Amino acid sequence: MSGPDGVTRIAAAFAGHGRRAALMPYLMGGFPDVETSRLAGEACADAGADLIELGIPFSDPLADGPAIHAAATRALAAGATVGEVLGVCRSLSERLPIVLFAYANLALSPAPEAFVERARDAGAAGLIVPDLPHEESEPLREACDAAGLALVALAAPNTPAERMAAIGASARGFVYTVSLAGTTGERGALPEDLAGTLARVRASTDLPVAVGFGISTARQAGEAADMADGVIVGSRVVRAAGEGGPDAVGALVADLAEALA
Amino acid sequence: MTATGAQPRPMAAGPPERRFGPYGGRYVPETLVPALDELEREWMAAREDPSFGLELSTLLRDYAGRPTPLYRARRLSEAAGRTVYLKREDLLHTGAHKLSNALGQTLLAHRMGKRRIIAETGAGQHGVATATACALLDLECVVYMGTEDMRRQRPNVERMRLLGAHVAPVDVGARTLKEAVSAAIRDWVAESDTTHYVIGSAVGPAPFPAIVRELVRVIGDEARPQALEAEGALPDRVIACVGGGSNAIGTFAAFLDDAEVELVGVEAGGEGVESGRHGAPLATGARGVLHGALSAVLQDADGQIVEAHSISAGLDYPGSGPQHAHLRDTGRVRYEAVTDADALAAFRRVSALEGIIPALEPAHALAWLMAHPGTGGGYDLLTLSGRGDKDLAEVLGVSDEHRHAG
Repeated sequence: MSGPDGVTRIAAAFAGHGRRAALMPYLMGGFPDVETSRLAGEACADAGADLIELGIPFSDPLADGPAIHAAATRALAAGATVGEVLGVCRSLSERLPIVLFAYANLALSPAPEAFVERARDAGAAGLIVPDLPHEESEPLREACDAAGLALVALAAPNTPAERMAAIGASARGFVYTVSLAGTTGERGALPEDLAGTLARVRASTDLPVAVGFGISTARQAGEAADMADGVIVGSRVVRAAGEGGPDAVGALVADLAEALA
Repeated sequence: MTATGAQPRPMAAGPPERRFGPYGGRYVPETLVPALDELEREWMAAREDPSFGLELSTLLRDYAGRPTPLYRARRLSEAAGRTVYLKREDLLHTGAHKLSNALGQTLLAHRMGKRRIIAETGAGQHGVATATACALLDLECVVYMGTEDMRRQRPNVERMRLLGAHVAPVDVGARTLKEAVSAAIRDWVAESDTTHYVIGSAVGPAPFPAIVRELVRVIGDEARPQALEAEGALPDRVIACVGGGSNAIGTFAAFLDDAEVELVGVEAGGEGVESGRHGAPLATGARGVLHGALSAVLQDADGQIVEAHSISAGLDYPGSGPQHAHLRDTGRVRYEAVTDADALAAFRRVSALEGIIPALEPAHALAWLMAHPGTGGGYDLLTLSGRGDKDLAEVLGVSDEHRHAG
C-alpha cells in the first residue's frame, strides 16, 4: 500500500481542518443506490467535510433509529452488496479519509482479518462497529492495527469511569462519543449532560473526541463543536440523500461546515 | 402470598456464563453494557436471597401449576413402536413452558425496581406469559410482535391485550420474531434505566442465555426424577424442539451429565433444508452474530442475516441460543430438522391419538420421534412445550390451501 496509513490520515484530518471541530457526515452506502451514494460522498467532500463515515447496510441494525434503518433496508432491497459499498469507499478515499460503519456480523464474517483486509484494500482509514463493545473488540483491533486501520472505540453517557478508562486506552483514531442513550435519529435538542459526558471521555484519552447521535441541525452542530473535536451528523444527512440526492447533501453539509467555522 | 411448604428452587452457584465455548458474549451497543452488568449483579444477588427463591417456587407451584406431569403416552407409544413419555408443559398456566422464565424475570425486574417490562414474541406464547406475569405483579408491559405473527397468532394478540399489555406491531423486514427482538433491543437501548427486557428464549447478550436456562431448567429438573420413578432408569433419548431453544436447554440441562442419554434438538425444516427456506441454523448454519450473541446464524456470504421460514411462528428464527451452538460442536446434542409438512402431519396424528393438541413447535419434535423409532429396549422422553389451540386457525388455513391446490 502506498501513502499514509489510515490512522495517520485520521489524525491529519482532525489536526488540519481549520475550524472549531472536524465535520464528519454519515452516508449509507448503496442508498438510494450505489452510484448516488458515491456522488453524495463527492458532494460532502466538495462542501467541506473533513472525513466521511460510510455505513455498510446491514439487515439488523440494532443501534440505528428509523431513518438509517429504512435506508439500510432500501439499499439491501436494491441489491447493494458489501463489495459495492467498498467500491464507493475506494473512490471516495481519494478525496478524504473514510471511516466504515459496519455491524459486528459484517466485520467479523467470516473472520476479522478477512474483513479488515478488504476494508484496507478499499482505502478505508478506520472502522466503527456499533455493536462491538470493549470486551469483544480485541480480535478486530489486532487485525486493524496490523493493517494500519483505526478501530474507533465508542463511549456512552452511562459508561462507568473504570470502563471509560479502558475504552480510552484502547481507542484508535478518535473516540466516538454516543451523545445519548438511544438509537440514531434526529432530536430536538442536544442532551443537557453532553458537556459532562464529553469531559469524561476526554479525560480518558489523548485522541480527538468526536460526538454523534441526535445531531442534525447547524445550530446543534455548532453547539457540539464547542465541546468536541469532531461532529458526526447521520440521520439528517441520510434523509437529505433520500429526499434530494447529492445536491441536497452538498447544501446541508455546506451549512453544517459554516456552523463549525 | 402464602408459601405453604414450597421449597426454594436450587440455583447454580457462581456467575452466569458469558461464553459457551466460543459462543455467546455481548455484541451490543456500548449503552447497553451497564444494563447487562446490572442485570448480572442483580441476578446473582437474587439467587442468593432465599425469599426470592421461595417467592418464585411458590408462584410456580400455586399460580403456574408446577410440577407439570410426565405422561406415558399409550397410543403414541404404540404408534411409534417404543415407549414415549411426554413432559406436559402444555398444561402449565398460559399453555406453554414460557411462563417459568417470564415469572422469574419479572420477579427479578420487580426486585430491581424496574416498573416497565418489554418483551418480544413470535408465536405469542412468551408475550402472553410476560403479560400474565406483569398483570400479576402490576408492571407496565409492552410486547413487540411482527405484524405477520400478529396475523397468524390472532388469539394470542387478543389475550395479551386482555391482560393489559400493549402489543407494539413491528412492520419491518419479514415482520416476524427476528424483527420483534430487534425492536425490543432498540427500546431497551433507550430505556434501560426504567425498563427490564424479559427476553423470551435462551438467546441474546450475556447474561440472558444463562439466566433463561436457569429459569427454565425446572423442566428437566422435574422430568429426570419423574422418569426415574416411572421407569426405574433414565430415558434412551430426550427430545425437544429448538427455535431460540429455551424449552430444549431447559430440558437438556438436567441430562447433560448423563452420558448414556442421547439428546436430540429438532429445528424447523420449513420447506426442506435443501430449499434454503427453513429455520435450522444449528443443523445448517455458520457462526455469526445476531441479537447480541455469537452463535449459529442463518446468513449469506456477506454476513447479512437470512430470513427464516417455518409454519411455526415460535421456530421462525434465523438464530439459536449460544449454548446450543456449543453443544452441537461438542457433539453432546444432535440437531435435526423437520419440515412444515411433517410437523403438520404429527400435529394431526398426535391430536387424534392422544387427545392432546400439541403446539406446532413441539409437533416438529413429535414428527422426528415418530420417524426415528430408535433401537433398544428403553424409552424416550419428549418435552411437549405447549398446546396447539393457538395454531388451529393457521393449521386449518394451510390445510384448506392444500385441498384447494390439490
